[in-house]
Amino acid sequence: MRPLARAGAVLRWSALLVAAALFLLPFYLLVRNGLATREELTSPGWTILPAHPRWENFAAVFDDEDVPFGRSLLNSAVVAVLQTAGSLLLSSAAGYGMARIPYRHSGKVFAAVVATLLVPASVTFVPTFVMVSSLGWVSDLRGLVVPGMFGALNAVLFRQHFLEFPRELEDAGRVDGLGRWGVFRRIVLPNSTGFLAAVAAITFVGSWNAFLWPLVIAQDSDSWTVQVALSGLLTAQNPQLNLLFAAAAIAIAPIVLLFAVLQRQLVRGATESGAVTAR
Amino acid sequence: MKRRDARDFWLFVGPFLAGLVLFGYVPIGWSAYLSLFDARNTVTPEVFVGLDNYTAVLTNPAFTGSLLTFTGFAAGIVPLTFAAALGLALALERVRVARAFFRSVFFLPFACSSVVAALIWKTSLFSGVRSGLVNSALGLVGVDPIAWLGTADPPLYWVVLVTARLWLQVGFYVLLFLAALQRIPRQLYEAAWLDGAQPGWQVFRHVTWPQLRTTSAAVALLLLISAFQAFDEFYNLLGDARGYPPYARPPLVYLYYTALGSGGQDLGRGSAGAIVLALLVAGAALVQSRVLKIGRGG
Repeated sequence: MRPLARAGAVLRWSALLVAAALFLLPFYLLVRNGLATREELTSPGWTILPAHPRWENFAAVFDDEDVPFGRSLLNSAVVAVLQTAGSLLLSSAAGYGMARIPYRHSGKVFAAVVATLLVPASVTFVPTFVMVSSLGWVSDLRGLVVPGMFGALNAVLFRQHFLEFPRELEDAGRVDGLGRWGVFRRIVLPNSTGFLAAVAAITFVGSWNAFLWPLVIAQDSDSWTVQVALSGLLTAQNPQLNLLFAAAAIAIAPIVLLFAVLQRQLVRGATESGAVTAR
Repeated sequence: MKRRDARDFWLFVGPFLAGLVLFGYVPIGWSAYLSLFDARNTVTPEVFVGLDNYTAVLTNPAFTGSLLTFTGFAAGIVPLTFAAALGLALALERVRVARAFFRSVFFLPFACSSVVAALIWKTSLFSGVRSGLVNSALGLVGVDPIAWLGTADPPLYWVVLVTARLWLQVGFYVLLFLAALQRIPRQLYEAAWLDGAQPGWQVFRHVTWPQLRTTSAAVALLLLISAFQAFDEFYNLLGDARGYPPYARPPLVYLYYTALGSGGQDLGRGSAGAIVLALLVAGAALVQSRVLKIGRGG
Protein backbone atom coordinates (compact mmCIF):
# COMPACT_ATOMS: atom_id res chain seq x y z
CA MET A 1 0.00 0.00 0.00
CA ARG A 2 1.26 3.44 -0.85
CA PRO A 3 1.75 5.69 2.18
CA LEU A 4 -0.97 8.08 1.05
CA ALA A 5 -3.51 5.31 0.67
CA ARG A 6 -2.52 3.90 4.05
CA ALA A 7 -3.00 7.30 5.68
CA GLY A 8 -6.41 7.50 4.03
CA ALA A 9 -7.40 4.10 5.36
CA VAL A 10 -6.27 5.01 8.88
CA LEU A 11 -8.22 8.25 8.70
CA ARG A 12 -11.30 6.49 7.39
CA TRP A 13 -11.21 3.83 10.07
CA SER A 14 -10.69 6.32 12.88
CA ALA A 15 -13.55 8.48 11.60
CA LEU A 16 -15.86 5.47 11.40
CA LEU A 17 -14.91 4.19 14.85
CA VAL A 18 -15.35 7.60 16.49
CA ALA A 19 -18.68 8.09 14.72
CA ALA A 20 -19.86 4.62 15.75
CA ALA A 21 -18.95 5.30 19.39
CA LEU A 22 -20.83 8.60 19.32
CA PHE A 23 -23.84 6.94 17.72
CA LEU A 24 -23.97 4.25 20.40
CA LEU A 25 -23.41 6.66 23.30
CA PRO A 26 -27.11 7.63 23.72
CA PHE A 27 -28.09 3.93 23.94
CA TYR A 28 -25.50 3.46 26.67
CA LEU A 29 -26.99 6.43 28.56
CA LEU A 30 -30.46 4.96 28.22
CA VAL A 31 -29.43 1.67 29.85
CA ARG A 32 -27.09 3.18 32.43
CA ASN A 33 -29.63 5.72 33.65
CA GLY A 34 -32.46 3.21 33.58
CA LEU A 35 -30.54 0.97 36.00
CA ALA A 36 -29.46 3.76 38.35
CA THR A 37 -30.93 5.20 41.52
CA ARG A 38 -32.19 8.77 41.56
CA GLU A 39 -29.19 9.85 43.60
CA GLU A 40 -26.67 8.29 41.24
CA LEU A 41 -28.11 10.32 38.37
CA THR A 42 -27.70 13.66 40.12
CA SER A 43 -24.42 13.07 41.91
CA PRO A 44 -21.44 14.85 40.36
CA GLY A 45 -18.64 12.65 39.10
CA TRP A 46 -19.46 10.25 36.30
CA THR A 47 -20.06 6.60 37.13
CA ILE A 48 -19.70 4.32 34.14
CA LEU A 49 -22.35 1.92 35.38
CA PRO A 50 -24.43 1.96 38.57
CA ALA A 51 -22.76 0.06 41.41
CA HIS A 52 -25.89 -2.03 41.92
CA PRO A 53 -28.04 -2.19 38.79
CA ARG A 54 -31.63 -1.67 39.85
CA TRP A 55 -33.61 -4.03 37.63
CA GLU A 56 -36.65 -3.27 39.78
CA ASN A 57 -36.83 0.12 38.00
CA PHE A 58 -38.28 -1.72 35.04
CA ALA A 59 -41.14 -3.00 37.16
CA ALA A 60 -41.63 0.26 39.03
CA VAL A 61 -42.49 2.20 35.84
CA PHE A 62 -45.78 0.34 35.72
CA ASP A 63 -46.82 1.64 39.15
CA ASP A 64 -47.12 5.33 38.26
CA GLU A 65 -50.60 6.48 39.21
CA ASP A 66 -50.81 9.55 36.97
CA VAL A 67 -49.43 7.97 33.83
CA PRO A 68 -50.85 4.59 32.80
CA PHE A 69 -47.62 3.31 31.26
CA GLY A 70 -48.71 -0.30 30.72
CA ARG A 71 -51.89 0.87 29.07
CA SER A 72 -49.94 3.20 26.81
CA LEU A 73 -47.70 0.34 25.66
CA LEU A 74 -50.76 -1.71 24.85
CA ASN A 75 -52.31 1.24 22.96
CA SER A 76 -49.14 1.68 20.92
CA ALA A 77 -49.02 -2.01 20.06
CA VAL A 78 -52.66 -2.07 18.97
CA VAL A 79 -52.31 1.15 16.96
CA ALA A 80 -49.09 0.07 15.23
CA VAL A 81 -50.39 -3.40 14.36
CA LEU A 82 -53.77 -2.22 13.07
CA GLN A 83 -52.28 0.71 11.18
CA THR A 84 -49.64 -1.47 9.53
CA ALA A 85 -52.11 -4.22 8.62
CA GLY A 86 -54.69 -1.75 7.33
CA SER A 87 -52.23 0.29 5.33
CA LEU A 88 -50.68 -2.81 3.80
CA LEU A 89 -54.04 -4.24 2.76
CA LEU A 90 -55.44 -1.01 1.34
CA SER A 91 -52.34 0.31 -0.38
CA SER A 92 -51.16 -2.99 -1.87
CA ALA A 93 -54.56 -3.42 -3.54
CA ALA A 94 -54.58 0.22 -4.66
CA GLY A 95 -51.01 -0.02 -5.92
CA TYR A 96 -51.84 -3.14 -7.90
CA GLY A 97 -54.93 -1.54 -9.40
CA MET A 98 -53.03 1.54 -10.48
CA ALA A 99 -50.16 -0.52 -11.88
CA ARG A 100 -52.04 -3.20 -13.76
CA ILE A 101 -55.70 -2.44 -14.51
CA PRO A 102 -56.29 -0.52 -17.75
CA TYR A 103 -58.80 2.20 -17.01
CA ARG A 104 -59.14 5.57 -18.66
CA HIS A 105 -59.13 7.61 -15.44
CA SER A 106 -56.26 5.67 -13.93
CA GLY A 107 -53.77 8.46 -14.64
CA LYS A 108 -55.94 11.05 -12.94
CA VAL A 109 -56.40 8.87 -9.88
CA PHE A 110 -52.66 8.33 -9.62
CA ALA A 111 -52.06 12.08 -9.92
CA ALA A 112 -54.55 12.69 -7.10
CA VAL A 113 -52.70 10.19 -4.94
CA VAL A 114 -49.25 11.60 -5.69
CA ALA A 115 -50.45 15.17 -5.12
CA THR A 116 -51.02 14.40 -1.44
CA LEU A 117 -47.32 13.55 -1.14
CA LEU A 118 -46.56 17.21 -1.74
CA VAL A 119 -48.11 18.20 1.57
CA PRO A 120 -46.83 16.12 4.48
CA ALA A 121 -49.54 14.87 6.84
CA SER A 122 -47.97 16.64 9.81
CA VAL A 123 -48.50 20.04 8.18
CA THR A 124 -52.23 19.39 7.91
CA PHE A 125 -52.78 18.12 11.45
CA VAL A 126 -55.26 20.94 12.12
CA PRO A 127 -57.54 20.01 9.19
CA THR A 128 -57.30 16.32 10.05
CA PHE A 129 -58.10 17.12 13.67
CA VAL A 130 -61.21 19.03 12.57
CA MET A 131 -62.32 16.05 10.50
CA VAL A 132 -61.58 13.38 13.09
CA SER A 133 -63.06 15.33 15.99
CA SER A 134 -66.30 15.86 14.08
CA LEU A 135 -66.47 12.08 13.68
CA GLY A 136 -66.29 11.92 17.48
CA TRP A 137 -62.95 10.08 17.41
CA VAL A 138 -60.99 12.25 19.85
CA SER A 139 -59.26 10.08 22.49
CA ASP A 140 -60.52 7.10 20.55
CA LEU A 141 -58.62 4.20 19.04
CA ARG A 142 -60.22 4.92 15.66
CA GLY A 143 -58.89 8.47 15.68
CA LEU A 144 -55.39 7.18 16.35
CA VAL A 145 -55.45 4.38 13.79
CA VAL A 146 -57.63 5.23 10.82
CA PRO A 147 -56.22 8.48 9.35
CA GLY A 148 -52.74 6.92 9.26
CA MET A 149 -53.91 4.00 7.14
CA PHE A 150 -54.26 6.14 4.03
CA GLY A 151 -50.73 7.39 3.57
CA ALA A 152 -50.10 7.83 -0.15
CA LEU A 153 -46.45 6.83 0.12
CA ASN A 154 -47.20 3.12 0.58
CA ALA A 155 -49.64 3.07 -2.34
CA VAL A 156 -47.03 4.70 -4.58
CA LEU A 157 -44.39 2.23 -3.37
CA PHE A 158 -46.63 -0.73 -4.16
CA ARG A 159 -47.57 0.63 -7.57
CA GLN A 160 -43.87 0.97 -8.40
CA HIS A 161 -43.19 -2.55 -7.20
CA PHE A 162 -46.08 -4.13 -9.11
CA LEU A 163 -45.12 -2.34 -12.33
CA GLU A 164 -41.95 -4.43 -12.23
CA PHE A 165 -43.68 -7.66 -11.26
CA PRO A 166 -43.10 -10.40 -13.89
CA ARG A 167 -46.21 -10.53 -16.09
CA GLU A 168 -45.60 -14.18 -17.05
CA LEU A 169 -46.48 -15.25 -13.51
CA GLU A 170 -49.77 -13.38 -13.68
CA ASP A 171 -50.54 -14.80 -17.12
CA ALA A 172 -49.93 -18.30 -15.83
CA GLY A 173 -52.48 -17.70 -13.10
CA ARG A 174 -55.00 -16.39 -15.58
CA VAL A 175 -54.57 -19.50 -17.72
CA ASP A 176 -55.41 -21.49 -14.60
CA GLY A 177 -58.72 -19.64 -14.48
CA LEU A 178 -58.01 -17.08 -11.79
CA GLY A 179 -59.74 -13.69 -11.92
CA ARG A 180 -58.00 -10.39 -11.10
CA TRP A 181 -58.51 -10.74 -7.38
CA GLY A 182 -57.39 -14.37 -7.49
CA VAL A 183 -54.22 -13.49 -9.38
CA PHE A 184 -53.51 -10.72 -6.89
CA ARG A 185 -54.14 -12.83 -3.82
CA ARG A 186 -52.71 -16.18 -4.92
CA ILE A 187 -49.85 -15.15 -7.18
CA VAL A 188 -48.83 -11.53 -6.83
CA LEU A 189 -48.93 -11.18 -3.04
CA PRO A 190 -47.27 -14.54 -2.23
CA ASN A 191 -44.46 -13.63 -4.61
CA SER A 192 -43.97 -10.22 -3.04
CA THR A 193 -43.45 -11.25 0.58
CA GLY A 194 -40.01 -9.62 0.75
CA PHE A 195 -41.40 -6.30 -0.40
CA LEU A 196 -44.47 -6.62 1.85
CA ALA A 197 -42.19 -7.24 4.83
CA ALA A 198 -40.08 -4.19 3.94
CA VAL A 199 -43.09 -1.88 3.73
CA ALA A 200 -44.64 -3.43 6.85
CA ALA A 201 -41.46 -3.00 8.89
CA ILE A 202 -41.01 0.66 7.96
CA THR A 203 -44.71 1.42 8.51
CA PHE A 204 -44.68 -0.26 11.91
CA VAL A 205 -41.63 1.69 13.08
CA GLY A 206 -43.15 4.95 11.87
CA SER A 207 -46.42 4.21 13.61
CA TRP A 208 -44.78 3.17 16.89
CA ASN A 209 -42.60 6.28 16.97
CA ALA A 210 -45.24 8.79 15.81
CA PHE A 211 -45.72 11.71 18.15
CA LEU A 212 -47.51 14.81 16.83
CA TRP A 213 -50.76 13.15 15.75
CA PRO A 214 -51.12 10.99 18.90
CA LEU A 215 -50.38 14.09 20.99
CA VAL A 216 -53.14 16.00 19.21
CA ILE A 217 -55.79 13.30 19.18
CA ALA A 218 -55.17 11.24 22.36
CA GLN A 219 -56.30 13.74 24.96
CA ASP A 220 -57.37 11.38 27.77
CA SER A 221 -54.50 9.58 29.44
CA ASP A 222 -56.24 6.25 28.80
CA SER A 223 -55.79 6.71 25.06
CA TRP A 224 -52.14 7.81 25.22
CA THR A 225 -49.62 5.97 23.13
CA VAL A 226 -46.29 5.19 24.72
CA GLN A 227 -44.63 8.23 23.08
CA VAL A 228 -47.27 10.59 24.47
CA ALA A 229 -46.94 8.98 27.90
CA LEU A 230 -43.15 9.39 27.85
CA SER A 231 -43.50 12.98 26.73
CA GLY A 232 -45.97 13.62 29.54
CA LEU A 233 -43.50 12.26 32.05
CA LEU A 234 -40.59 14.18 30.54
CA THR A 235 -42.31 17.57 30.50
CA ALA A 236 -43.84 17.11 33.96
CA GLN A 237 -42.52 18.81 37.06
CA ASN A 238 -39.56 16.98 38.63
CA PRO A 239 -39.65 13.81 36.56
CA GLN A 240 -38.31 10.72 38.33
CA LEU A 241 -35.49 10.33 35.88
CA ASN A 242 -34.23 6.82 36.54
CA LEU A 243 -37.74 5.42 36.07
CA LEU A 244 -38.27 7.57 33.00
CA PHE A 245 -35.15 6.10 31.43
CA ALA A 246 -36.27 2.59 32.31
CA ALA A 247 -39.63 3.35 30.68
CA ALA A 248 -37.90 4.70 27.57
CA ALA A 249 -35.75 1.57 27.35
CA ILE A 250 -38.90 -0.54 27.48
CA ALA A 251 -40.50 1.67 24.82
CA ILE A 252 -37.71 1.22 22.29
CA ALA A 253 -37.16 -2.49 23.03
CA PRO A 254 -39.76 -3.77 20.51
CA ILE A 255 -38.29 -1.69 17.72
CA VAL A 256 -34.69 -2.61 18.53
CA LEU A 257 -35.80 -6.24 18.46
CA LEU A 258 -37.44 -5.59 15.09
CA PHE A 259 -34.15 -4.13 13.87
CA ALA A 260 -32.29 -7.23 14.97
CA VAL A 261 -34.69 -9.54 13.14
CA LEU A 262 -35.75 -7.49 10.10
CA GLN A 263 -32.74 -5.29 9.46
CA ARG A 264 -32.58 -6.19 5.75
CA GLN A 265 -36.26 -5.43 5.20
CA LEU A 266 -36.00 -2.15 7.09
CA VAL A 267 -33.03 -1.01 5.05
CA ARG A 268 -34.89 -1.94 1.87
CA GLY A 269 -38.07 -0.19 3.02
CA ALA A 270 -36.19 2.97 3.96
CA THR A 271 -34.19 3.04 0.73
CA GLU A 272 -37.23 2.50 -1.47
CA SER A 273 -39.38 5.09 0.30
CA GLY A 274 -36.49 7.54 0.10
CA ALA A 275 -36.14 6.85 -3.60
CA VAL A 276 -39.87 7.36 -4.23
CA THR A 277 -40.08 10.63 -2.33
CA ALA A 278 -37.02 11.70 -4.20
CA ARG A 279 -38.57 11.55 -7.64
CA MET B 1 -64.31 -5.97 -21.07
CA LYS B 2 -63.87 -2.27 -20.53
CA ARG B 3 -66.70 -2.23 -17.99
CA ARG B 4 -65.14 -5.15 -16.17
CA ASP B 5 -61.84 -3.24 -16.07
CA ALA B 6 -63.51 -0.16 -14.62
CA ARG B 7 -65.27 -2.24 -12.00
CA ASP B 8 -62.06 -4.06 -11.05
CA PHE B 9 -60.14 -0.79 -10.87
CA TRP B 10 -62.55 0.66 -8.33
CA LEU B 11 -62.63 -2.61 -6.42
CA PHE B 12 -58.87 -2.44 -5.96
CA VAL B 13 -58.32 1.30 -5.67
CA GLY B 14 -61.69 2.46 -4.32
CA PRO B 15 -61.30 1.67 -0.60
CA PHE B 16 -57.90 3.34 -0.37
CA LEU B 17 -58.97 6.32 -2.45
CA ALA B 18 -62.12 6.82 -0.36
CA GLY B 19 -60.00 7.05 2.78
CA LEU B 20 -57.50 9.33 1.11
CA VAL B 21 -60.30 11.66 0.08
CA LEU B 22 -61.98 11.51 3.50
CA PHE B 23 -58.81 12.06 5.53
CA GLY B 24 -56.74 13.99 3.02
CA TYR B 25 -58.81 16.12 0.65
CA VAL B 26 -61.99 16.74 2.65
CA PRO B 27 -60.13 18.02 5.75
CA ILE B 28 -58.13 20.47 3.65
CA GLY B 29 -61.29 21.71 1.97
CA TRP B 30 -63.04 22.00 5.31
CA SER B 31 -60.09 23.87 6.74
CA ALA B 32 -60.08 26.26 3.81
CA TYR B 33 -63.73 26.92 4.66
CA LEU B 34 -63.09 27.25 8.41
CA SER B 35 -60.23 29.64 7.76
CA LEU B 36 -62.79 32.18 6.51
CA PHE B 37 -64.78 32.08 9.77
CA ASP B 38 -64.42 32.93 13.40
CA ALA B 39 -64.04 29.32 14.54
CA ARG B 40 -62.98 29.52 18.15
CA ASN B 41 -63.80 26.23 19.91
CA THR B 42 -66.13 25.06 17.14
CA VAL B 43 -66.02 23.21 13.82
CA THR B 44 -69.38 24.60 12.67
CA PRO B 45 -68.80 28.36 12.78
CA GLU B 46 -71.34 31.03 11.84
CA VAL B 47 -69.46 34.32 11.83
CA PHE B 48 -67.91 34.89 8.40
CA VAL B 49 -64.75 36.99 8.66
CA GLY B 50 -63.41 36.84 5.10
CA LEU B 51 -59.63 36.88 4.98
CA ASP B 52 -59.25 38.25 8.50
CA ASN B 53 -57.69 35.03 9.79
CA TYR B 54 -55.12 35.13 7.00
CA THR B 55 -54.31 38.76 7.71
CA ALA B 56 -53.99 37.93 11.39
CA VAL B 57 -51.69 34.99 10.71
CA LEU B 58 -49.51 36.69 8.12
CA THR B 59 -49.03 39.88 10.14
CA ASN B 60 -48.51 38.04 13.41
CA PRO B 61 -44.86 38.34 14.43
CA ALA B 62 -45.17 34.87 15.97
CA PHE B 63 -45.93 33.41 12.54
CA THR B 64 -43.26 35.30 10.61
CA GLY B 65 -40.91 34.54 13.49
CA SER B 66 -41.65 30.84 13.10
CA LEU B 67 -40.63 31.01 9.44
CA LEU B 68 -37.42 32.75 10.48
CA THR B 69 -36.79 30.08 13.11
CA PHE B 70 -37.29 27.43 10.44
CA THR B 71 -34.89 29.22 8.09
CA GLY B 72 -32.20 29.39 10.73
CA PHE B 73 -32.76 25.80 11.78
CA ALA B 74 -32.69 24.58 8.17
CA ALA B 75 -29.53 26.56 7.46
CA GLY B 76 -27.84 24.52 10.17
CA ILE B 77 -29.38 21.09 10.02
CA VAL B 78 -29.65 20.63 6.24
CA PRO B 79 -25.99 21.11 5.27
CA LEU B 80 -24.79 19.38 8.43
CA THR B 81 -26.89 16.24 7.90
CA PHE B 82 -26.10 16.27 4.19
CA ALA B 83 -22.34 16.43 4.76
CA ALA B 84 -22.36 13.90 7.58
CA ALA B 85 -24.48 11.43 5.61
CA LEU B 86 -22.36 11.76 2.47
CA GLY B 87 -19.11 11.53 4.44
CA LEU B 88 -20.19 8.43 6.33
CA ALA B 89 -21.53 6.79 3.16
CA LEU B 90 -18.25 7.45 1.30
CA ALA B 91 -16.22 6.05 4.19
CA LEU B 92 -18.50 3.02 4.44
CA GLU B 93 -18.29 2.38 0.71
CA ARG B 94 -14.52 2.06 0.95
CA VAL B 95 -14.28 -0.35 3.87
CA ARG B 96 -14.67 -4.06 3.25
CA VAL B 97 -14.54 -5.38 6.78
CA ALA B 98 -17.40 -4.68 9.17
CA ARG B 99 -19.36 -2.58 6.70
CA ALA B 100 -22.64 -4.19 7.76
CA PHE B 101 -21.78 -3.50 11.39
CA PHE B 102 -21.16 0.20 10.82
CA ARG B 103 -24.24 0.53 8.67
CA SER B 104 -26.35 -1.01 11.43
CA VAL B 105 -24.87 1.32 14.02
CA PHE B 106 -25.60 4.42 11.95
CA PHE B 107 -29.11 3.22 11.14
CA LEU B 108 -29.97 2.17 14.71
CA PRO B 109 -31.09 5.64 15.94
CA PHE B 110 -33.89 5.31 13.37
CA ALA B 111 -35.36 2.80 15.85
CA CYS B 112 -35.43 5.47 18.52
CA SER B 113 -38.37 7.84 18.76
CA SER B 114 -37.74 11.55 18.94
CA VAL B 115 -39.29 11.56 22.42
CA VAL B 116 -36.72 9.09 23.70
CA ALA B 117 -33.93 11.04 22.02
CA ALA B 118 -35.22 14.23 23.62
CA LEU B 119 -35.20 12.51 27.01
CA ILE B 120 -31.58 11.43 26.61
CA TRP B 121 -30.39 14.78 25.26
CA LYS B 122 -32.33 16.91 27.72
CA THR B 123 -31.79 15.12 30.99
CA SER B 124 -28.51 13.29 30.50
CA LEU B 125 -26.30 14.21 27.57
CA PHE B 126 -26.85 17.98 27.62
CA SER B 127 -28.37 18.25 31.07
CA GLY B 128 -27.66 21.67 32.52
CA VAL B 129 -26.52 20.35 35.86
CA ARG B 130 -23.05 19.19 36.80
CA SER B 131 -23.98 15.53 36.38
CA GLY B 132 -24.83 15.81 32.66
CA LEU B 133 -22.43 13.89 30.42
CA VAL B 134 -21.16 16.86 28.42
CA ASN B 135 -20.91 19.01 31.53
CA SER B 136 -19.07 16.19 33.34
CA ALA B 137 -16.60 16.02 30.48
CA LEU B 138 -16.20 19.82 30.47
CA GLY B 139 -15.75 19.67 34.24
CA LEU B 140 -12.63 17.54 33.75
CA VAL B 141 -10.99 20.46 31.96
CA GLY B 142 -12.26 22.95 34.50
CA VAL B 143 -15.24 24.43 32.66
CA ASP B 144 -18.26 25.33 34.79
CA PRO B 145 -21.55 23.55 34.01
CA ILE B 146 -23.43 25.08 31.08
CA ALA B 147 -27.23 25.38 31.00
CA TRP B 148 -27.53 24.10 27.43
CA LEU B 149 -31.29 24.33 27.10
CA GLY B 150 -31.83 27.15 29.57
CA THR B 151 -29.58 29.65 27.82
CA ALA B 152 -31.38 31.81 25.28
CA ASP B 153 -28.55 34.27 24.69
CA PRO B 154 -26.34 32.98 23.11
CA PRO B 155 -28.91 30.42 21.88
CA LEU B 156 -27.07 27.30 23.06
CA TYR B 157 -30.27 25.27 22.79
CA TRP B 158 -29.59 25.00 19.07
CA VAL B 159 -26.63 22.73 19.85
CA VAL B 160 -29.01 20.34 21.60
CA LEU B 161 -31.76 20.54 18.97
CA VAL B 162 -29.41 20.10 16.02
CA THR B 163 -27.31 17.26 17.44
CA ALA B 164 -30.40 15.32 18.52
CA ARG B 165 -31.97 15.59 15.09
CA LEU B 166 -28.69 14.80 13.35
CA TRP B 167 -28.35 11.61 15.39
CA LEU B 168 -31.94 10.58 14.71
CA GLN B 169 -31.92 11.17 10.97
CA VAL B 170 -28.48 10.84 9.47
CA GLY B 171 -28.61 7.03 9.18
CA PHE B 172 -31.55 7.17 6.80
CA TYR B 173 -29.67 9.48 4.45
CA VAL B 174 -26.51 7.35 4.73
CA LEU B 175 -28.63 4.51 3.30
CA LEU B 176 -29.82 6.68 0.41
CA PHE B 177 -26.27 7.78 -0.44
CA LEU B 178 -24.91 4.22 -0.09
CA ALA B 179 -27.54 2.91 -2.50
CA ALA B 180 -26.66 5.66 -4.96
CA LEU B 181 -22.92 5.04 -4.63
CA GLN B 182 -23.42 1.38 -5.38
CA ARG B 183 -25.29 2.26 -8.57
CA ILE B 184 -22.34 4.16 -10.05
CA PRO B 185 -20.89 2.01 -12.88
CA ARG B 186 -17.41 0.67 -12.03
CA GLN B 187 -16.21 1.45 -15.58
CA LEU B 188 -16.40 5.16 -14.83
CA TYR B 189 -13.80 4.75 -12.09
CA GLU B 190 -11.61 2.61 -14.35
CA ALA B 191 -11.83 5.23 -17.09
CA ALA B 192 -10.95 7.98 -14.63
CA TRP B 193 -7.99 5.94 -13.44
CA LEU B 194 -6.80 5.43 -17.03
CA ASP B 195 -7.13 9.17 -17.61
CA GLY B 196 -4.76 9.65 -14.71
CA ALA B 197 -7.18 11.10 -12.18
CA GLN B 198 -5.79 11.05 -8.65
CA PRO B 199 -7.75 8.77 -6.36
CA GLY B 200 -9.47 10.78 -3.66
CA TRP B 201 -10.53 14.34 -4.36
CA GLN B 202 -10.16 14.33 -8.16
CA VAL B 203 -12.14 11.14 -8.61
CA PHE B 204 -14.77 12.36 -6.19
CA ARG B 205 -15.00 15.73 -7.93
CA HIS B 206 -15.22 14.40 -11.49
CA VAL B 207 -16.89 11.00 -11.14
CA THR B 208 -18.66 10.42 -7.85
CA TRP B 209 -20.18 13.84 -7.24
CA PRO B 210 -21.68 14.29 -10.73
CA GLN B 211 -23.09 10.76 -10.57
CA LEU B 212 -24.74 11.51 -7.23
CA ARG B 213 -26.54 14.58 -8.58
CA THR B 214 -30.08 13.25 -8.51
CA THR B 215 -29.68 11.69 -5.09
CA SER B 216 -28.02 14.80 -3.68
CA ALA B 217 -30.83 17.03 -4.88
CA ALA B 218 -33.41 14.62 -3.50
CA VAL B 219 -31.66 14.36 -0.14
CA ALA B 220 -31.43 18.14 0.11
CA LEU B 221 -35.15 18.49 -0.61
CA LEU B 222 -36.11 15.72 1.83
CA LEU B 223 -34.01 17.34 4.54
CA LEU B 224 -35.56 20.72 3.89
CA ILE B 225 -39.12 19.38 3.98
CA SER B 226 -38.45 17.37 7.09
CA ALA B 227 -36.90 20.43 8.81
CA PHE B 228 -40.07 22.31 7.92
CA GLN B 229 -42.08 19.68 9.79
CA ALA B 230 -39.87 19.74 12.87
CA PHE B 231 -42.01 19.50 15.98
CA ASP B 232 -41.22 16.52 18.22
CA GLU B 233 -37.72 17.51 19.36
CA PHE B 234 -38.67 21.13 19.89
CA TYR B 235 -41.75 20.27 21.91
CA ASN B 236 -40.01 17.70 24.09
CA LEU B 237 -36.66 19.42 24.51
CA LEU B 238 -37.88 22.95 25.22
CA GLY B 239 -41.34 22.37 26.71
CA ASP B 240 -41.69 21.69 30.41
CA ALA B 241 -44.22 21.95 33.22
CA ARG B 242 -44.26 25.74 32.84
CA GLY B 243 -45.09 25.55 29.14
CA TYR B 244 -43.06 26.38 26.04
CA PRO B 245 -40.64 29.32 25.84
CA PRO B 246 -41.62 32.20 23.54
CA TYR B 247 -38.54 31.67 21.33
CA ALA B 248 -37.47 28.72 19.13
CA ARG B 249 -40.93 28.06 17.74
CA PRO B 250 -40.78 26.56 14.24
CA PRO B 251 -43.99 26.59 12.12
CA LEU B 252 -45.62 23.46 13.48
CA VAL B 253 -44.94 24.43 17.09
CA TYR B 254 -46.48 27.82 16.37
CA LEU B 255 -49.46 26.13 14.72
CA TYR B 256 -49.90 23.66 17.57
CA TYR B 257 -50.10 26.39 20.17
CA THR B 258 -52.32 28.59 17.97
CA ALA B 259 -54.83 25.92 17.05
CA LEU B 260 -54.86 23.68 20.13
CA GLY B 261 -52.90 25.59 22.74
CA SER B 262 -53.95 26.05 26.35
CA GLY B 263 -55.81 29.28 25.55
CA GLY B 264 -58.61 27.26 23.90
CA GLN B 265 -58.91 26.07 20.32
CA ASP B 266 -58.87 28.62 17.52
CA LEU B 267 -59.56 26.46 14.49
CA GLY B 268 -60.19 29.38 12.15
CA ARG B 269 -56.78 30.88 12.67
CA GLY B 270 -55.18 27.44 12.97
CA SER B 271 -56.73 26.46 9.64
CA ALA B 272 -55.49 29.62 7.97
CA GLY B 273 -52.01 28.88 9.30
CA ALA B 274 -52.19 25.26 8.10
CA ILE B 275 -53.28 26.35 4.61
CA VAL B 276 -50.46 28.88 4.34
CA LEU B 277 -47.87 26.33 5.48
CA ALA B 278 -49.25 23.63 3.17
CA LEU B 279 -49.04 26.04 0.21
CA LEU B 280 -45.47 26.95 1.16
CA VAL B 281 -44.25 23.38 1.38
CA ALA B 282 -46.10 22.20 -1.74
CA GLY B 283 -44.80 25.22 -3.63
CA ALA B 284 -41.24 24.47 -2.60
CA ALA B 285 -41.56 20.84 -3.68
CA LEU B 286 -43.03 21.85 -7.05
CA VAL B 287 -40.37 24.47 -7.74
CA GLN B 288 -37.66 22.02 -6.83
CA SER B 289 -39.00 19.25 -9.08
CA ARG B 290 -39.34 21.77 -11.93
CA VAL B 291 -35.75 22.90 -11.40
CA LEU B 292 -34.57 19.29 -11.32
CA LYS B 293 -36.36 18.47 -14.55
CA ILE B 294 -34.89 21.46 -16.34
CA GLY B 295 -31.48 20.52 -14.96
CA ARG B 296 -31.83 17.06 -16.43
CA GLY B 297 -32.70 18.58 -19.78
CA GLY B 298 -36.13 17.00 -19.88
